[in-house]
Amino acid sequence: MPKPTRRKRNDTASQSGDGVSRRTALKLGAAAGTLTVLTSKKGFSLPMFADTVPPEPTVCSPQPTHSPETTPFVQALPIPPTLRPFKLNPAPTKSANLAAGEAPRADHQRWEEFLPQQTYDMTLKPALHTFHPDMPPTYVWAYNGIYPGPTIINQYGIPVVVRFHNQLPVDHTGFGSNTHTTHLHNGHTASESDGFAGDFWGPGFFKDHHYPNIYAGFDTFPGGGDPREAMRTFWYHDHRHSFTATNNYRGLNGMFLLYDNVDTGFETGGDHNALHLPGQYGLYDIPLNFTDKKFCPDGQMFATAPDAVPAGDKFIVNGAIQPFFQVARRKYRFRMLNSGPARIWTFTMSDGRPFTLIATDGNLLEHPVQIPSLELHVSSRYDVILDFSGNQIGDSVYLLNIAPQFVNNAPEPLPDPNVDVTKAVMRFDVVSDAADHSVVPDTLCQYPDLNLNEVVTTRIWNFDLVNGQFKINGLIFDPDRPDATVKQGTAETWIIRNKLPASGWTHPVHIHLEEGRILSRNGAPPPPEESGRRDVYPIRPGEEVHIFLRFREWFGKYMIHCHNLGHEDNFMLVRWDVGTQTSLVTSPVDSAGNPNPGAQPNPNPPVLSELFTRKGELA
Amino acid sequence: MNRRDLLTCVLPDKSRPGASMGPEFYTNAVLHTHENKPVRFYDDLIKGKLTLINFIYTGCMKSCPRSTGNLAKAQKLLGDRVGRDIFMYSITLKPEEDDPETLRDYARSHGARPGWLFLTGNEYDLTTIRFKLARWDHPMLDFDLDQHTGMVRIINDTLNQWTMCPTHAAPQQIVDAVSWVEPTKPFAVRLRENYKTQARIDRETRDAKARGAWRA
Repeated sequence: MPKPTRRKRNDTASQSGDGVSRRTALKLGAAAGTLTVLTSKKGFSLPMFADTVPPEPTVCSPQPTHSPETTPFVQALPIPPTLRPFKLNPAPTKSANLAAGEAPRADHQRWEEFLPQQTYDMTLKPALHTFHPDMPPTYVWAYNGIYPGPTIINQYGIPVVVRFHNQLPVDHTGFGSNTHTTHLHNGHTASESDGFAGDFWGPGFFKDHHYPNIYAGFDTFPGGGDPREAMRTFWYHDHRHSFTATNNYRGLNGMFLLYDNVDTGFETGGDHNALHLPGQYGLYDIPLNFTDKKFCPDGQMFATAPDAVPAGDKFIVNGAIQPFFQVARRKYRFRMLNSGPARIWTFTMSDGRPFTLIATDGNLLEHPVQIPSLELHVSSRYDVILDFSGNQIGDSVYLLNIAPQFVNNAPEPLPDPNVDVTKAVMRFDVVSDAADHSVVPDTLCQYPDLNLNEVVTTRIWNFDLVNGQFKINGLIFDPDRPDATVKQGTAETWIIRNKLPASGWTHPVHIHLEEGRILSRNGAPPPPEESGRRDVYPIRPGEEVHIFLRFREWFGKYMIHCHNLGHEDNFMLVRWDVGTQTSLVTSPVDSAGNPNPGAQPNPNPPVLSELFTRKGELA
Repeated sequence: MNRRDLLTCVLPDKSRPGASMGPEFYTNAVLHTHENKPVRFYDDLIKGKLTLINFIYTGCMKSCPRSTGNLAKAQKLLGDRVGRDIFMYSITLKPEEDDPETLRDYARSHGARPGWLFLTGNEYDLTTIRFKLARWDHPMLDFDLDQHTGMVRIINDTLNQWTMCPTHAAPQQIVDAVSWVEPTKPFAVRLRENYKTQARIDRETRDAKARGAWRA
């Protein structure tokens, strides 16, 4: 049986905030040259660096033509450790505990109803990370000092609080911002815990995020929410307005999984609802966090400018460049995540086997889909099953990326991976036999009915570029200005259009708070792999996608935005609010200056079959 | 090569911030201000400063008037910091049309105050600078001058930190973006700001509930 590989990592004592006396902290602070703050009047001391803070490197100049050479497939796939619960002191409170150093926020909504039963502690701080044994350690920013951040594993029905401490350097120079906000993508969480892009806060403070871990539709389904609304594969990441690309590139992201009595994480046991998909985490349920980076000759990350990150020439999975993963002859569940910054991956397996797609953006599909290649857009998640039982011990299978990255609108050279497997993303080595109690049934779940009569409004979002400014419906993102208000408890149809066909850019559009269903793409019904719930909707140049969304349980500010991290940093976002009234918004003119129909009241909500044949009419 | 060029090339520049990318990145191209004064791009305009840089041309009727108007409002909001520790530069995209005199009239007509320079130079230098500061990596956009009129680049050379803001954003947003590249304020100052922000959040939430926008 393959053992989950644990990465070598820095001391994480500060994760639990223990063992550092104030005097030691002062000494360490002084030794490391960090700012130590005395706030004795307030009667609290700040969490301190318990380990030495690596100095910030300067980015090499001029731009390297390529990263240092690394030998592929010489390091095992790291599995991020799980985050252990930790008793918080002071205990989390409904209102922001400013006196103890909490950053400002609105009161937690429905706090008494979902009192946290478990709490966690996370510290954002600089660390050194080895991306490849052929390269020296790289300076990163990471949750708890490990990259990717620890995986948080939670259960539906058990509310939690995660306390984020910001210990990024106060004397920071270069790319990235030491202010930050963490978004749980795509938690059904209240606005104040959603990591809104404008709600960033700086080093020395902490902030509690309340994750009630309820099913969407909790209020309308008797008995604690509708398990058919479950979403299971999440990721958390920095969402700091205008610095999301650089802060994520520096390493600020990790994964978050939710289990319940259907998807238990175990292959045996549980009640009659249990699916028994391949499990457990780290054994047969494996996260794969894909990113690409470019490195300087000294092994430090290269940034094209102090606010821009390059298309990487190193394929990185869970923080390792081109790793191998030893598998047994049985089924595995891989949770694929594209953590950006911009690359669109298209995965295939070197032996031509299809992926068995079981979940899109963390939502189980009603039926698994066999698919030979997977297009994974930034921030999307795909849960796939790969079965190695047909392989012989000693076999190797490669995961290939067959999509070139476009630089200067021309594809980067990407040798045919079938000829040159050294360009593969990772390698699976079949090394042993193992019992397999897992089952992947033909029916994974049944969705609640999609009732288009619930639709009260059809809202149009035109994604455009005008005079070098990204605009949505002709408007520029302002975190203090909602451009639409939806009524809690209602449903709407949202039409998303990519208005810049000539750019060649696909916008992976992400909607916070709720999972949606694609009603149509360019007037046609969605293909099977898009038939499930999602929260990232890739809109290719010139395309138009219709989405059904409900807005439930929470109030406050949320966003719809392009999840190409560079585009969202360039203001390709809209703030929309959940309130008690529907606004018929938005801008009176679209980006071309023509009258913008924006949101229209919908006296006769269309039925599904009509929508498929009415392309363009709603405009 | 004149003597000054020789010196800046050879001697270590002690006044240059350690984190800065320096003239190797920004170039030291000689530009001319709207007062017809020659200036070196890095040494005189960028080095050790906090700067807002955007691109315009005086004949641009579609988006530039609003951009320049917004920047004038932002200059007002930034107050006497402009010219002291914050500097604003509007660089022409059409040097063949915009000589210093044309730019001087443009600056006057938009109410630009001291601390805000309008710059022209030779086309080669200006294109190099534009590609350094505002490159799309997309030929359709990089060679379309009108795709360069909408953003203001904000640079803190001392910290080597950059950000940007659409020039059509609210002037206060431009001012906010400037603060994103400023040095982190002392903890006690930020703690006081937290109390102010909290008071604003509480007020907004109360108002939303009173309006009935949120259910209490």
